[in-house]
Amino acid sequence: MAQTYRKMLIDPMVDNNPITLQVLGICSALAVTSSLKVSFVMAVAVIFVTGFSSMFISMIRSQIPGSIRIIVQMVIIASLVIMVDQILKAYAYEISKTLSVFVGLIITNCIVMGRAEAFAMKNPPIASFVDGVGNGLGYGLILMMVAVIREVLGSGTFFGLTLMETVNNGGWYVPNGMLLLPPSAFFIIGLIIWAFRAWKPEQVEEREYKIQTVEAH
Amino acid sequence: MPESKPEKQKGPIGRFLAASPDSIGKTLFVAVGVCLVASMVVSSVAVSLRPTQEVNQLKDKQVNILQVAGVYDPEVDVAEAFSSFEPHVLELETGKFTDKFDVNTFDDIAAADDPSTSVELTEDPAGIGRKATYRTIYLLHNEDGTLDKAILPLHGYGLWSTLYGYIAVEEDGNEIYGLQFYSHAETPGLGAEVDNPRWKAQWNGKRLKDEDGNLAISVSKNAPPQGEDYHIDALAGATLTTVGVDNLVRFWMGEEGYTPFLQNLKTGGI
Repeated sequence: MAQTYRKMLIDPMVDNNPITLQVLGICSALAVTSSLKVSFVMAVAVIFVTGFSSMFISMIRSQIPGSIRIIVQMVIIASLVIMVDQILKAYAYEISKTLSVFVGLIITNCIVMGRAEAFAMKNPPIASFVDGVGNGLGYGLILMMVAVIREVLGSGTFFGLTLMETVNNGGWYVPNGMLLLPPSAFFIIGLIIWAFRAWKPEQVEEREYKIQTVEAH
Repeated sequence: MPESKPEKQKGPIGRFLAASPDSIGKTLFVAVGVCLVASMVVSSVAVSLRPTQEVNQLKDKQVNILQVAGVYDPEVDVAEAFSSFEPHVLELETGKFTDKFDVNTFDDIAAADDPSTSVELTEDPAGIGRKATYRTIYLLHNEDGTLDKAILPLHGYGLWSTLYGYIAVEEDGNEIYGLQFYSHAETPGLGAEVDNPRWKAQWNGKRLKDEDGNLAISVSKNAPPQGEDYHIDALAGATLTTVGVDNLVRFWMGEEGYTPFLQNLKTGGI
């Protein structure tokens, strides 16, 4: 069993990553990745929410009526997100101001609901918890990769520490302003997906159409 | 959270738990139960963390006052740095300080709702509904004891939210030192650019009133006829937030707001 838990934790990071393979949770990955500190807090928040929401949903899964299962999942997820938001406001006020609405939007992060619906409704609590944490980690991993690129090249800093002195502060580095804007995360995530699929060709989806040759008459 | 029990013990609870989750009774029970538990968890977290959050908000407010006055230093303890500011309760209509209230316990937010310390606005460009007739303001003195800056609170409606902030005015009652909002919920990346240091830097050195004493400051795309000295550039892509900021600054700096006080500053009547 320990072996499968490990696999459940590692699998969503590379082989079944929620962002690169399932392409879920892109919205917040675009919005919060301009600084590492914020991305880190966001990743921790998502790991907490996916882990515990999957666990609680799994605990009562045999009692959840099919007709209202989505709303029951949402209530549990939303309560956990509000808890995270309140805790951040109390103990990490500055970061909570930067994250602003995006913590609240974890509720609508497809990864959380996706795991609840696809895994927690059919599996025991501990396995669901591990699966939730694993998927949160997979999300966090991509978030951090994007944030490293965006923060280092966009503002010349790493976790707020100056790596390259920018021109505005009298240094030499001209920061790439585009990387501070949300669209740049699109390009970076695209490149990461490409890199992942070049490394593991089995992740490449089959085309939904076939190119056919039509003979000219 | 209820968990299904083994088949053997079939008390009334066991039977209920073993019943099909799709029955109407069960559906109602689960819906009500989950909501009750969730609301209790959420409200207990919110209530138990409120004191810590309020401390943070107070500190944040003080940091904002320090920043708008240009004396914020992250190395120095906030409360200590803040002690060099002299708070006063100002009566807006006369522009004089009042000792009707204790400045340490005066609550600006409550005062804005209390009919004895506020008026309902008929003309309300800033979108604030009621205007408090008393406000807490802060004075910062130079080392030789002369007045350096006055920090005045202002607020008004933007696109989604009320923006709360401070404006720092130099001792002549006309030149702006800086403006900063400490609380708002405008669109990140567009209206929330009111927090952008480069946009905020524009306020430094701008003037409120022209030589004839008319309110000239304008937050807009094009400069007012009085020229660039009175012009703050609009926020790109955030027209309604810009209009909101323009309205609230012009309201609070105008006759309804701090004009009597600024006159007193100019003539040295403070």
